[in-house]
Amino acid sequence: MKKNSLVTYLKRKRVLLIVIGIALISATLVLAFAYTAGLFGGRITTQTFLQDTPKTYPAGYRRAHGKGICFEGTFRASGQAVPYSIARVFAQQNVPVIGRFSLGSPDPYAPDNSTRTVSMAAMLTADDGEQWRMKLNNEPFFATRDAEGFLKQMEAYKPTSATGIPDPARVAAFLKEYPEAQKYVEWDATAPWTRSFAGAQYNVINSFILIDANGKKQAVRWSMVPHAPFTSWSVSQREEASHDFLFEDLKKRLEKGSLYWDLVLTLAEPGDPVNDPSQVWPENRRQIVAGTLEVSHVFDQTKGGCRDVNFDPTRVPKGITLSDDPVLAARAGIYSHSHSDRVHEIGYGKATDAVGKPQKETSRNK
Amino acid sequence: MAKNKNIPSAPPTHFNVTARILHWLMASMILTMIFVGVGMMTSLTWRPWLLNLHIPLGTAILLLVIIRLINRLSFSVPKMPASVSGFQSKAAAGLHWLLYGMMVALPLTGWAQLSAGGFLIKIVPGVNLPPILPENPFLFALMHDAHKVMAWTFFLMIIGHLSAALLHAWVYRDGLFSSITWTRKTITRSENLLPGEQSNDKNNVGNERVM
Repeated sequence: MKKNSLVTYLKRKRVLLIVIGIALISATLVLAFAYTAGLFGGRITTQTFLQDTPKTYPAGYRRAHGKGICFEGTFRASGQAVPYSIARVFAQQNVPVIGRFSLGSPDPYAPDNSTRTVSMAAMLTADDGEQWRMKLNNEPFFATRDAEGFLKQMEAYKPTSATGIPDPARVAAFLKEYPEAQKYVEWDATAPWTRSFAGAQYNVINSFILIDANGKKQAVRWSMVPHAPFTSWSVSQREEASHDFLFEDLKKRLEKGSLYWDLVLTLAEPGDPVNDPSQVWPENRRQIVAGTLEVSHVFDQTKGGCRDVNFDPTRVPKGITLSDDPVLAARAGIYSHSHSDRVHEIGYGKATDAVGKPQKETSRNK
Repeated sequence: MAKNKNIPSAPPTHFNVTARILHWLMASMILTMIFVGVGMMTSLTWRPWLLNLHIPLGTAILLLVIIRLINRLSFSVPKMPASVSGFQSKAAAGLHWLLYGMMVALPLTGWAQLSAGGFLIKIVPGVNLPPILPENPFLFALMHDAHKVMAWTFFLMIIGHLSAALLHAWVYRDGLFSSITWTRKTITRSENLLPGEQSNDKNNVGNERVM
């Protein structure tokens, strides 16, 4: 009787329609899920930014800025930022910092003279437990107004197989769509390359919001401004530089003593482009030295420390919040995939030289 | 549970009010949660916002499922309708316990993953849950994988649960679906506790069919 009841039900058309209806409801939910997961639809997701990572990419390294060195240091607040933000780091005497200097090449074995981009990443942990993670570059601004522009820039500047240089037509098309990138191209062509991590200024590029004790908001960008003077190198010096010149220089300098950077906050005024990292704010904006970062020593990233830290700039402490800068929001997901991918490789024992194991030994084991 | 009681009583036709409220509240929260979770793994724009929702919502689900399990184990629940076979009944019961298991395991693996990754487990700015695992790449990888695999499995289980429930609501109309709602539909029970109720049950089956 039980089985028959189902059969008789199914024979009736109305029931069939109901069953189809239920199937449609389920299918809609599954499709919505699959679309949200980026399984179809071809939309740009945060995973798209890592799709160019080759399958042969050495396990355990960061997918961008793979070559780096960990540092430890202390941030000493000046107290000058306290009126603008309730973040504990701005009031605390000594905030421990773990960070990383890196080269702006995806290749973890890149020679130090292969890119003009150098970075500082840092995580400040205040005594209230709040963490402030940041990732700063020596570039003064982002090339494009949004994250999709970065993908298009990469695509446009890819050397064509025929000529070995980027296709001028594609570059022109990119610059037409993202005219603000022209400014970056000019900066890239003319600005001097830094000859030392120590003398470089590192800029946050994205905008954030400070929140004071009354809940008042203040849009802000910041930079780590070096105490050491900026030094550059001539083209010939650069071409002759040793493979790890910048990292050796940093180690040598730290043997003599700590290096310092001022954390300089730049306060936006109404109308400043907060949501566009490709636009710099006017020169005369008010600046505050929120404190000084002392970098006391560096150590190899294979030893851990900064290696497994995701310097996701959207992880800000209470008292700082995110602006509507689209590149900032996009970095959260992209960093997360990069972090997750490499920590999986490390966690599951696939990483070799990234965690200080000899490469040969592992390949022999395979 | 029923066996603890001295007097034999008929199982209820409905889940108790607490169970019904928790079921629908958590159903909406969990469905939201799954889409928030999947969305924050892909969205260029909304990840920080979605993550700020994901963690407090997950914490709320973990607290609610504890209340729900206590409630589930403390009170008797409706029997399956007579038309549901023994195998189906067992499979449904198994699925229901697996669903409860997912409701517990998903928040815990999410919490564990953030702990092992060295992240703060931010409920609201300035309020963080304590870590439940030490920072460790292997534990992070394991918890991250577990969280993802279970979330996708959970979603498929929910789709199965929903389809079966709607089939009972719209096709079988056997009172199974209404046992978790507020509509008054008599359930036809799989076993007869009191001999006098047997005829009533049969009548009910007939009545349902007319609809």
